[in-house]
Formats: sequence, structure tokens, C-alpha cells
Amino acid sequence: MNLYLLAPEISLCGLAIVVILLDLVLKRKGILAVVSVAGLIVPGAFTLALWGREETTFAGMLAIDQFSLFFNLFFLVMAALVILSSVDYVSKFRAFQGEYYALVLLSAAGMMLMASTRELISIYVALELVAISLYALTGFLKDPKSSEAGMKYLLLGAVASAVLLYGMAMVFGLTGTTHLEEIAQAIPGGGLLANPALLLGIVLLVAGFGFKIATVPFQMWVPDVYEGAPTPITAYLSVASKAAGFAVILRVFYEALGAVSLDWGIIFAILAAITMTLGNVVAIAQTNIKRMLAYSTIAQAGYLMMGLAAVSALGSSALLFFLGAYALTNLGAFIAIIAISNKIDSDLIGDYSGMARRAPLLALALAFCLISLIGIPPTAGFMAKIYIFNAAVQYDLTWLVIIAVVNTAISAYYYLRVVKVMYLEAPPSEEAVPSSASLRAALSFCCLGVLLLGVYPWALLRITQAAVDIFFP
Amino acid sequence: MPEVALAIFLLPIFSFVVISLIIRPFLNKRPQLSWYVTIASIGASLILSLWMLVEVIKAPGHVLPMPDYQWLVIGDTSIHLGVMADSLAAVMLIVVTVVSLVVQIYSRGYMHGDPGYCRYFAFMSLFTGSMLGLVLADNLLFLFVFWELVGLCSYLLIGFWFHRPEAARAATKAFIVTRIGDFGFLAAILFLYAKTGTFDIGELQHLALVGAIGGTALTWAAIGIFSGAVGKSAQFPLHTWLPDAMEGPTPVSALIHAATMVAAGVFLVARLFPMIASSYEAIMTVAIIGGFTAIFAATMGMVMNDFKRILAYSTISQLGYMMLGLGVVGVGVARGAVALEVGLALGVAVGIFHLFNHAFFKALLFFGAGSASHATGTFDIREMGGLRKAMPWTFATFLIGSLSIVGIWPLAGFWGKEQILSQAWHYAPILFYLAMITVFMTAFYMFRLLFLAFGGEYRGGAHVSLRESPAVMIVPMVLLAILSVVSGWLPISEFLGGESHSFFGALASPMAWASLLLAALGILLAYAIYSKKWISAESMRRRFAPLYTIVSRKYWFDELYENVFVVRILVDGIFALFHWFDDHIVDGMVNGIAGGTIAAGREIRRLQTGQLQAYGLAIFIGILAIIAFFMIFG
Repeated sequence: MNLYLLAPEISLCGLAIVVILLDLVLKRKGILAVVSVAGLIVPGAFTLALWGREETTFAGMLAIDQFSLFFNLFFLVMAALVILSSVDYVSKFRAFQGEYYALVLLSAAGMMLMASTRELISIYVALELVAISLYALTGFLKDPKSSEAGMKYLLLGAVASAVLLYGMAMVFGLTGTTHLEEIAQAIPGGGLLANPALLLGIVLLVAGFGFKIATVPFQMWVPDVYEGAPTPITAYLSVASKAAGFAVILRVFYEALGAVSLDWGIIFAILAAITMTLGNVVAIAQTNIKRMLAYSTIAQAGYLMMGLAAVSALGSSALLFFLGAYALTNLGAFIAIIAISNKIDSDLIGDYSGMARRAPLLALALAFCLISLIGIPPTAGFMAKIYIFNAAVQYDLTWLVIIAVVNTAISAYYYLRVVKVMYLEAPPSEEAVPSSASLRAALSFCCLGVLLLGVYPWALLRITQAAVDIFFP
Repeated sequence: MPEVALAIFLLPIFSFVVISLIIRPFLNKRPQLSWYVTIASIGASLILSLWMLVEVIKAPGHVLPMPDYQWLVIGDTSIHLGVMADSLAAVMLIVVTVVSLVVQIYSRGYMHGDPGYCRYFAFMSLFTGSMLGLVLADNLLFLFVFWELVGLCSYLLIGFWFHRPEAARAATKAFIVTRIGDFGFLAAILFLYAKTGTFDIGELQHLALVGAIGGTALTWAAIGIFSGAVGKSAQFPLHTWLPDAMEGPTPVSALIHAATMVAAGVFLVARLFPMIASSYEAIMTVAIIGGFTAIFAATMGMVMNDFKRILAYSTISQLGYMMLGLGVVGVGVARGAVALEVGLALGVAVGIFHLFNHAFFKALLFFGAGSASHATGTFDIREMGGLRKAMPWTFATFLIGSLSIVGIWPLAGFWGKEQILSQAWHYAPILFYLAMITVFMTAFYMFRLLFLAFGGEYRGGAHVSLRESPAVMIVPMVLLAILSVVSGWLPISEFLGGESHSFFGALASPMAWASLLLAALGILLAYAIYSKKWISAESMRRRFAPLYTIVSRKYWFDELYENVFVVRILVDGIFALFHWFDDHIVDGMVNGIAGGTIAAGREIRRLQTGQLQAYGLAIFIGILAIIAFFMIFG
């Protein structure tokens, strides 16, 4: 048992505890955010020190490989960006600032574990570590909307957990083990119809994990929770929590259930088509920008699932690339919205009119991120779509790509509507919309990343291709 | 060295980012900062370009090996990008950075106090970076990206004073007309990619030389690429945009519409010379279009009354010369009259050597125009006159520039022109005679301009007090005047693999004397009409009235394009058809689909009741639906 392999997770939990303790003694709470972000360097450094190693520990329950290390870095960056974008928001709280940051850090630790466990029970534990932190963060504001959102998230999350556990139990009952590689050996061949127990198990797993990644029909919680939660947490849910879900799905389905990939591949393909279509169609009718982005993230989950449906190295590496591109883009859009709504106190799209005159840079950044979400060059979103569409075509899923392209066209309508409102309509007042330095820093990071990946995608693609090598030796 | 090459074009782009994201929003109280940033970045690029030139000179075969960067991998296809560091790129880098730096210095005086000061230098930086990237690109895809970027900057800068309707119109016209050529260019790029699976310029040239692509396919590809060059370099029949582009600020005209961007077409032909010269039909087209444009534009230059428009026609004419130089050597290569290796290098050397010299003297002439209008407030030469006494520096430098462009020994313009003429003599005699007549016309229109603007007495309103321009404008003019004398003495031609020339030996050839004589005649005629008035310009005009009308109306090309092509054929014909199709068929479908989608969105939205039980129920219905799907279709 080599604890050093767990150093990133351990140091991250340690950081969370330090933040809580500092909160007790410090008068100036602003330092907490600084400590949290600066402290993330430690697990980041451990991750980089481990880079390139491939080992398992805790009797094969945890794996350190390119895949888990990629996600370590991913979640650390996400946590840092979310904390940076929370500073203004959190400074309005009277109390519990330390808890806020600590919960973000703890959930990040849980997500890192989700990406590195190779055993069903520990997957469940990691998942709950993430979920419980996020339930608390969702209800953090204690106003009626936030509390309702937290409550809904908790109750539906519990249902999803139960479904997931039931699915795990089915798989365990069938194979007699909870270790992914042993499941892979024990899985009976001959398709799912020959084996209804396995069918039920897989469908329940899809439902349980589908709740995490918010695929139709397990997405109902998304709009209400996203609208009620503190906006930085909405951003966090929409990128990090979703990415953790995809990481776990890749682990479980590729490592343990590869033998029946034809069957679950088609489930994901169909769910992808329904999810992206429903997300985009309903997003059109939204008037609240947070709700619109909530449906947009559902649609994006649809595109992401194309990578799951195209079961191949190409598909999974495209999926990881899409996750990276999507995370930077969506976070960028949310950060811009946080900055704007901090000032104008409204999430209605109509109230963004003339924003290009009141906050030129924020409007530009938001427009840029929305363009990336559509998938127009030279943005990361464009490259991500190219890769994932190509993977699907290579896997003979041309019908799905056609649906996705039509969906992309539909999505342009509601994304560009925001751009139109910001640039072409007259502002209600000429009052400038200021933003704090930390928000601007996080936003610049996102936008530069989106541009970089749009111009030089190989920078990330190289890493994602190495990360999925473990599934396709 | 690869880092140096990248830094050369990234530095000005960085300057653009800094100006537009930092200085313009936050430091707009101090717009001068944007000038400093621009100067620093372009100065650094110039130093790095000189460094690279030295390295290329030292390198064997004048080519520096450069690494390729993998840019994009889609399945089995991978696209590499990199820079090409050969003598052609090195020379172009020097042209672009030197002229750009001088233009930026001049702009400080010219744009002083303009409300768009920051915006101006942001665009200028972006232009310079893109132009440098264009020169360095080693594959067609990236070359095309930069090609479009410089086109965009040109559009933005022609329309810089966008509140003036003529400027906005000219910008649009430039954008659309060049787009016609670019369409052919892009089609050729995609066609070549489909044929060969590569965008790499070196590979494509190799494939063309060994005959892996050839015949009609190669001819069409080469003509497609040349059509891009025709649009960018304002060659006939896409020449109409450049005179109108003079609506932009004068330093912009000097940099973009005289020295660098419009020369990009010539550069493109030179860059792909081995490929284009592999097709006789294509390279013959280049030579004929070039030779014809040279004389065609010169005729219009002889009758214009707008200072900058005369210079614009002169630019078109000189660019035609460069195309002619490339074309005639290429014709020789294609006919087998000259050894392949030698001919390929020679063609590039002939075309680019003139480009190199032209950049300096033409930028200088535009500076003269800017300086003259700075004092008089107009570009109409009928309202100038007598500037020689009031503006001695402007006059002296303008005279040097004029002598240089006319091709008087031993000024810079002489050397490039002589090479083009002698190559034309060898391979295309008819085009040679056209070029000789052009020499006469060039001398005439340049000195007509000079005598009208600088000679005689001031004819403008009395309220203007003529004064020499400030030093920040004069110093760049003096610098360029020096270059307009000496740039031809540099061994650029040998460096590019062409013929060397000796300083006095050049005078031994009868052809040189013939062209000098024609130039002298042109100057003399202009002197007789416009300075001494021995011959009345008015009676000349009356005697040749039909000819004068044709030329001064620019052969009715604007009318032809706008009234016949645009209005009759496109708007009344094709567009009307499209419009009907769009209104009735496309819109019908789109409105139907959009209406359906929006209605569906509203309906599905109702399912989102906010009721927890409904959400939980959805999960279970979903699970059952998936299982049912398998039971039914599995």
C-alpha cells in the first residue's frame, strides 16, 4: 500500500481542513480564498510529480494512471476557477465562508477519487463524498429558492444513488466481485438479451450515472437546481460534477463492461440523440439565462455522450477533449454571468440588453464563450465538435452525427440571441458594470484557454490520447 | 531559430492584443502608449528579421531547416504547420518590417489627435503580424488564414473613417472584389488537398515538378491560385477596388495598398512558382495578365486628378510588371528554353527584386501625397501647385521617388525594371513592347503629377498657409528616399538565385538606353505640357476627346461591374430568383421548422413542473423505457 500515490487527494483534504481552521481564527475572510487557491498548488504539484506512473494501490481499488492524473489536474483547475469566481459572491455571506471553500475542495477530492477508483464500493463512496458536498453547497444561500434547490437535489440524488446501488448489486450478484477488472473477466458473453439480470444491472447503472451527467430522462433536477444554487456552484455542477460522472462511466463501462459494449453503446447513442434534442429545443423557450444555460448543459451532455457511444480510442479521447473544451467554455460563460448579475441583480436575458456598451469586455468574453458552445471556429468548442463528430462517423454512427449537426444549428439560435441582445439592443442605462480582479483573472484564463484549444488543439489532445491508452492497450 | 521565426509574426499580433484589450479599454487617456507598443513590437520584429536574414544567408542553399508542429489530427489525417525560412521569406520579412516601421513612425504625425488613434495602431499591428505570418507560412492552409486576415485589416483600415460614406463604400468594395479572387484561391487549395492530401507548399511543389499532379488539373489549380493573386494585387479584371481604397488614411495606403499587402499576390505566385510554372497555360496567363495590367493601369494614371489615385494606378501598373517578370521567366521554363532549376530561381528573383525596390519608393511617394495633403487639405492636384517652395523636403524626396519609379539609372527602380524588360525580350516579345510603352507612360504620369502638384503657383484657396510637415513625417520620408536610391544596389537578386548586375555594366546594354530614352521622352512631354505649357493640355484633351473620355471614365469598368453585373445580372436576375426561392421555399421550411421547434420547446417546458414526485417518476419511466427498448428491438 503506497500512500504517496494518494498524495494529491490527501493533501486536498488537508487543505480543506486548514481552510476551516483558518476560518475560526481569521477576522479577514478574504484570505480564505487566497489560501484555497494557492493551496491547490500542492495537490497539483503532487499530480505532476506522479505524471507518467501507472500503479494500483489499496489491493487494486485505486489506480494511478494517465487517466486519473488527467482528471486530477482537470478537477484542480476547475476548483481553482470556481473559487476565484466565488470571491465576490461569498464575501456577501455573514458566516460559513470557510465551509463554502472547504466544501468545494472536498468535493474536488471526491471527484478525483471517482476518476481513480477501480472498484464499485469505493466508486460509490467517492460519489457520495462529492454528492453530499454539492447538496450542501446548493442550499448554501438559505433563501427559499436555494433551499428548495438543495432539497430537491438531495432527494432526487438519493433516489439516483439507490438506483445506482441496485445496479451495482445486480452486477455483483452476477459476477461475484466488485473489482472492475474481475468483473470484466466474469461477465457472461452473448449479449444482454440472453442475460436479463445483466441488462437490468446495466440499465440501472446508466440511470444512476445518467443522473450525474444529466442525461434525459434523468435530467429533471437540472433546471431547478441550477437556477436556485449560488451561481458559482451552478457553474461547478455543470462542469466538474458532469465531468466526474463521465470519468466514472468511462472507467466502469470500458474496464468492466467492455464485453457488451455493442449493447450499451446503442443505449448511449439513443440517449445522446434524445438528450441533445430535448436540451436544445427547451433552451429556446427560456427567458432566464441561468435556466437557458442549464438546458444548454443538458444538450452538451448529449454531444459528450456521442463519445461514449463511439466505443473506441478515438471516441473516448474525443470525449475527454470535449470535456476540457466544454469545461473552460461553460465556466467562462458562467463567470461572465456571475460578474454581470452581481451588478444588475437579474438573470433575465432581456436585462442583458446593451451589455456590450456597459461592460465591453464581459460582453465580449460571454459572446466568445457562447460562440464556442455553438462550435464556431476559432474556438475550443469547434475543435471538440470536429473530433467527437469524426469519432462517431468512424464508429458508423452517421445518423447520430446528422442529428447532432441539426442540433448545433438549432442551438445557434438561442446562444446568438444573447449575443444579439447584448450587442444590438439599447442599454437601459449607461452605467458601467464593474467586475473584480479575481473574476477577471478566472474569465481571462477560460477565454484564453478556449482560444488556445481552438487554434492549437494538439496541446490538449496529446494528453487525452495518452489518458485513454489504458482502456485500449 | 524556430522561436525567432515565430516571434517575428507573433510580436505584432501580441501588440494588437495589448492595445485592444489593455490600452484601449483601460488607458484611453494615454493613447500614445499604443504607438509605443506598436513601434517596440515591429522594431523587435525588424531586428529578428535581420537576424534571420543573416542566418539564411549563412545556411547552405539559403534555406534554414525548420521543425513542423503537428496542429490537427483527425483520424488518420494530420495537418502540420510550420514556417518556411528561405531567401524569399527572408527578403519579404525585411520589406514588411522596414516599411511597416517607417510607416508607423510617420503615422504618429499623420494620425495625431485622431479619435481612433488606438484603434488605428491596433489594426496596423494586426496587419503587420498577419502579413509576416503570410510570408512565413509553409502550407497553404495557414497562408490562406493570414491572407484573409490581411484582407480583413485592409477592409478595416480603408473604412477607418467609417462615418464617411465613401470610405465605408470603398471598404466594402475592396472586400467583395478581392473575395471573388479568394474564392478561386480557396477552391484551388481544397482541390489540391483532395488530389494530394497535403497543404504543404514544399510537398505540393515537389509533386508538381515530378509530374504527380499535372495536366488540366494542375492548370486549373494554378489558375485558381492566381485568381487569388489577381484579386489581392488588383490585377485586371479585379483592379477596380484599389483606386477606391485610397479613401483610407494615407499611411495605410503606403503600407497596405502600395508596399506590402497588394504585393502579397506577387509573393503568392513567387511562393508557388514551381507549381504554377509547371503549367504552360497558367504561367502564360500570369504573364499576359501582368503585361496587360501594367499598360492598362498606366493609361488611366495619365488622366486622373486625384493625387493618391494616380499613385494607386501606378501601383497596379507596377504590380503588373512584377507579374510580367514572373510570368515571362515561367514561360521560358515551361517551354524548356531555360534550365529548370535556374529558371525557377530566376523567375522568383526577377519578380521579387522589383517588389523589394517598389515597396520603398512607392511608400515614399505615398508619404509625399500625405505630406502634400497635410498642408493643402486636399488630394486634388488641380488645387495644389507651387508646393516646391513651401515644402522643399517633401518635394526633394518626392522627386527622388519619381525618378526611381520611372527607372532612371542608377536609382532603385531602374534595376528591377531592367531585369523584367530583358527577360520579356527573351521569352515574350509582344509583352516586351507593351512594357516599353508602359515605361513612357509611367514617366509621363509621374511627372505630370509632379509638375502639377509641386511646380507653378499655388492654385488652392487663399486661406491655407502652406507649411512643411513636422519632422516626425519628414524623417521617415528621408529614410525611404535613401532606400529608394540604394535598395537596387543590394545583391537581393543574386541572393534569390537570379542574375547579378554590375553598376556601370548595366549601361552597356542597348535596351537600358532604349528604356531610359523612353522615360526621358515621357518626362519631357509632361514638362512641355504641364510646366512650360508649350502644348495646351486643353487642346490635347479636345483633339483626343474620345480616347480621353474612355480612359478618364476608367474604361467604364466600374459601371460595367456595378450596373451590368451587379444590378442587371445578379440583383435583377440571379438574386431575384434566389430571393423568390428563399421567400417561398426556404423560408417556408425554416419558418415551419422553427415554429415547430419553438412550440415544441414551450410544450416540453410544461413537463418541468417543479414537482419532485414527477421528477422521480421520470427516472423510473426512463429505466423502464430503456429496458422495453431492448426487449422490443434487441
